Amino acid sequence: MIGDYTIGEFTSILAMQGFAGLILFSVFVLMALGLAIIFGQMGVINMAHGEFMILGAYVTYFCSQFFSAYLPGLFSIYFFIAMALAFCASFGLGILVEWGMIRFLYKRPLDTLLATWGLSLILQQFYRSVFGAREVGVTLPEWMLGAVNLTDIIEIPINGLFVMGLTIIITVAVYLIMFRSGWGKQVRAVMQNRVMAGAVGINTKMVDRITFGLGCGIAGIAGSAFTMIGSTGPTAGQLYIVDTFLVVVFGGAASLLGTIASAFTISQAQSTMEFFMSGSMAKVLTLLTVVGILMLRPQGLFTLNIRR
Amino acid sequence: MTKRFGPFAGREWIALLILGLLLFVVFPTTLDVFRLNLVGKYLTYAFVAMGLVLCWGYGGILSLGQGVFFGLGGYCMAMFLKLEASTPEATKIQSTPGIPDFMDWNQVTALPWWWEPFHSLPLTLILVIAVPVFFAFVIGLAMFKRRVGGVYFAIITQAIAAILTILIIGQQGYTGGVNGITDLRTLLGWDIRTDDAKFVLYFVNGGLLIACLLIGQGIRISKFGRLMIAIRDKEDRVRFSGYDVANFKIFIFCMAAAFSAIGGAMFALQVGFMSPSFVGIVPSIEMVIFCAVGGRLSLFGAIYGALLVNAAKTTFSESFPELWLFAMGGLFIAVVMAFPNGLAGVLHKHIEPRIYRLFGGLRGSGTTGAVSSPHAAE
Amino acid sequence: MTDDWTSGPRRFGTRRAVLAGMAALPLMMAAAGPVAAEGPPTAEINTTGLAVTDDTVTVGILHSVTGTMAISETGSVQAEKLAIDQINASGGVLGRKIEFIQEDGASDWPTFAEKAKKLLVQDKVAAVFGCWTSASRKAVLPVFEQYNGMLYYPTFYEGLEESPNVIYTGQEATQQIIAGIDWVAKTKGAKTFYLLGSDYIWPRTSNKIARKHIEKLGLEVVGEEYYPLGHTQFNSVINKIKLKKPDVIYAIVVGGSNVAFYKQLKAAGIDMTKESPLLLTISVTEDEILGIGGENIVGAYASMKYFQSLDNDNNKAFVEAFKAMWGKDIVIGDVTQAAYLGPWLWKAAVEKAGSFDIDKIKVASPGIELTTAPEGYVRIHENHHLWSKTRIGRAKTDGQYELIYETKDLMEPNPFPEGYQ
Repeated sequence: MIGDYTIGEFTSILAMQGFAGLILFSVFVLMALGLAIIFGQMGVINMAHGEFMILGAYVTYFCSQFFSAYLPGLFSIYFFIAMALAFCASFGLGILVEWGMIRFLYKRPLDTLLATWGLSLILQQFYRSVFGAREVGVTLPEWMLGAVNLTDIIEIPINGLFVMGLTIIITVAVYLIMFRSGWGKQVRAVMQNRVMAGAVGINTKMVDRITFGLGCGIAGIAGSAFTMIGSTGPTAGQLYIVDTFLVVVFGGAASLLGTIASAFTISQAQSTMEFFMSGSMAKVLTLLTVVGILMLRPQGLFTLNIRR
Repeated sequence: MTKRFGPFAGREWIALLILGLLLFVVFPTTLDVFRLNLVGKYLTYAFVAMGLVLCWGYGGILSLGQGVFFGLGGYCMAMFLKLEASTPEATKIQSTPGIPDFMDWNQVTALPWWWEPFHSLPLTLILVIAVPVFFAFVIGLAMFKRRVGGVYFAIITQAIAAILTILIIGQQGYTGGVNGITDLRTLLGWDIRTDDAKFVLYFVNGGLLIACLLIGQGIRISKFGRLMIAIRDKEDRVRFSGYDVANFKIFIFCMAAAFSAIGGAMFALQVGFMSPSFVGIVPSIEMVIFCAVGGRLSLFGAIYGALLVNAAKTTFSESFPELWLFAMGGLFIAVVMAFPNGLAGVLHKHIEPRIYRLFGGLRGSGTTGAVSSPHAAE
Repeated sequence: MTDDWTSGPRRFGTRRAVLAGMAALPLMMAAAGPVAAEGPPTAEINTTGLAVTDDTVTVGILHSVTGTMAISETGSVQAEKLAIDQINASGGVLGRKIEFIQEDGASDWPTFAEKAKKLLVQDKVAAVFGCWTSASRKAVLPVFEQYNGMLYYPTFYEGLEESPNVIYTGQEATQQIIAGIDWVAKTKGAKTFYLLGSDYIWPRTSNKIARKHIEKLGLEVVGEEYYPLGHTQFNSVINKIKLKKPDVIYAIVVGGSNVAFYKQLKAAGIDMTKESPLLLTISVTEDEILGIGGENIVGAYASMKYFQSLDNDNNKAFVEAFKAMWGKDIVIGDVTQAAYLGPWLWKAAVEKAGSFDIDKIKVASPGIELTTAPEGYVRIHENHHLWSKTRIGRAKTDGQYELIYETKDLMEPNPFPEGYQ
């Protein structure tokens, strides 16, 4: 590769590629965090995770329409409001789903997979019936478009920076909630030993419900953020589901740190390989590597030692 | 446990009789060839569903990648049929006559070596089973020896389905890509597209289905079958008793793969093409649903599940194309939440007792002792 | 956007757009010639048992209204229904009103084959308007050939096919590609090209034709890349493009990937209005821009046969009628227009043959002209493709294309290009 280019060009490209990998990393983390909470902490396999993300994306779309029509003055900051609303919508739907469906299935993890797959079909058709089969375009405020020019070749996309910033904020927030708050302690207690947690007076049902809602809410935020880089349509959620699950499983289901580490590994591997070979082959190789490693280390990269 | 005559208990003989009547008498006499061919297509999924009954219902191994084996079996068959359809005479407008048309479109000028075996029908028939089983064996060996199970296994098989789909689509010069292998015409000179051929193929399909059913039943009632249930419910205890659990799991997984592969091959024969859309994640999950609807513990249920869900899909999408996803989704949820043992469960629990009550006698045979808890898989 | 056709009975002729269709009526009448008030007796014009009665004829519409392809195929369904309505408003075909049966392919190729068979075998429809992806067409093709049906296929596609049972109303690859490349090479002085596509047969074949042609012109291809359908991360390929600095990015990305690609291209600082590199696509119609957002693609060039902004009387009437029927915010892309041609070409063929019989329509079809097509004049070639002009449009912020160039003559369809295979 280096033959045709000057050293300067080559290092610039390395930097750019590194940055592309970081953006992909942020995307993976955003996708996976919600799922890591739901799957890792609760053992529920939520196949409708992608559809929760798309709900967030549609909320963002409506906000962009609403603000450009009625409050054009505030258009430049609508995205933040949209993200908050996206969180609320997905959180609400999550609570509803937990109440109506998931709570009956805690003892049957494989069945949650099937039931939530059914849910994802229903949600998809719901989006299609309500919002139309076509994709919708979300208009971004002017300041979020374009790139920062560092040198001739190195240009950093602003929305990439935005996604990265958001990822950091959400990760820190999740960390604080799960590991530094009283409520987080309750969640972890319930996860490690449900019966004991109940015995010491934790309302395990409520904890379950809020945890599930929180995971869905984070998916909503992720979906909202993805309107900047991806498409918003009824079936767009399915594009993410396999990647998301692999990230979570690869990281080790019960460990948030593992999720982040695995998102980092997979994203860097994929973006590096994409540079040297065709996109399809890069994807196949990445997935194969992940599956291969999982066969060698079924518990994922990081495991939490708890007694079962 | 009920008294058994040969491989079946008394009521199962009745079920077999009903199934036989339905498949070989009722459907062929009441449906036109078009609808009969559709039923034949649905029944190819029943093979997969029966495989899932064995490995999921009895073995506790949920595979979300059965489409992989269905697809591999189907592709093997389709490759043979495609080679037969690609005679030098039939393809003389191509720049390289004698190779499949999609290869020519992709500037492939010679048949790749791994297509060569598919010139021969006996070899193809062996490969239809051997390739998917080998694949399943490798996956099973790697996973079960490492004690990967439950949810992890499900997600990994799902990823494998995704990988294979991308691979088939990406290597379109050798596989036909997203279009698949289309326009299959003859089997050893016999035109498989005519109505007569469809009729014959339907019966071949039905016969194979019954054969697989018998094999499945044989496994189920054997000592091996009971061990599988033991493994499903308390894996560690079986292991401590000195059994090599992994080998049993590998075997049952390979069986399920073989069943799926037969289904795939019959699909290619009856429908006349094969495409990556049967390999991916979505069809694989749908196949699990056929099994779940029928009842994950009942081989008969699996057949009816595949028939019913597909028939419903066709009817719904004919009359309410916008609504069938709602209906499908609702069905998934309803089956899981309300009827975890599917149609067969409903029959055993609610309908059969009434029938028995109606006729007095035959009491106590309403439940099959061996199949108590399906939910021990973790 | 809950359209009326999304629910309700399956078998009907819509009335809603009849008034709208009236606007375009005089034009259509002029083209189709006088319509018999009373048609000829059914037995004479339908000798093969198709679904033709004394005052109706049934056709099929076969597209995906569910699944991933519903995004793209919705426009085609709408166009076909509009055309059928307008034909009915102008007196129908051989004095018979067209009724349609709509089937859902559900974005699933075997379902397409199943439904095609149902339409032909059970419903005995006189023609089918439908399919979108190559895969769905390949799946139904054997069915149409076996049961001798007639398919009007609207999408621009990769060529390498010619069936007596199909009329291809979209462009085949050479028509779409060669004129576009000639144009960028000549007027923009492009020397180097970067080919990019989604990973399936149409982009791959199209890029092969493009590559051959580029090399024939003595120019250079500096990169060729494919990404799986549904891929959403394009930063790596964008970096590669930046490194190679091609004059032209030749993009054939489809579906949801499209949106991701253009958004990320824009975010990475490649401003297409500066034209270095210039972006030429054959896969982005006005329909796709709706999802991408005009501001993300402004300045890109598209090479196809129709743009909604075409300035001619036929097109104005068509756009007006389309909007009256399906809502004023709707956009019309290349494929939608091609789908609209289907029923009109079929009507013309039936009237020329004086019969609904498939075999007679097959023979009658070559040479049929349509002067009322929104894209202008089209004619059916011996190989069942259309002669049509190729046009270059430049994307504007409002999601429309501005016409920059059109070929002087009609491009001859050549599905089996010599030396390009």
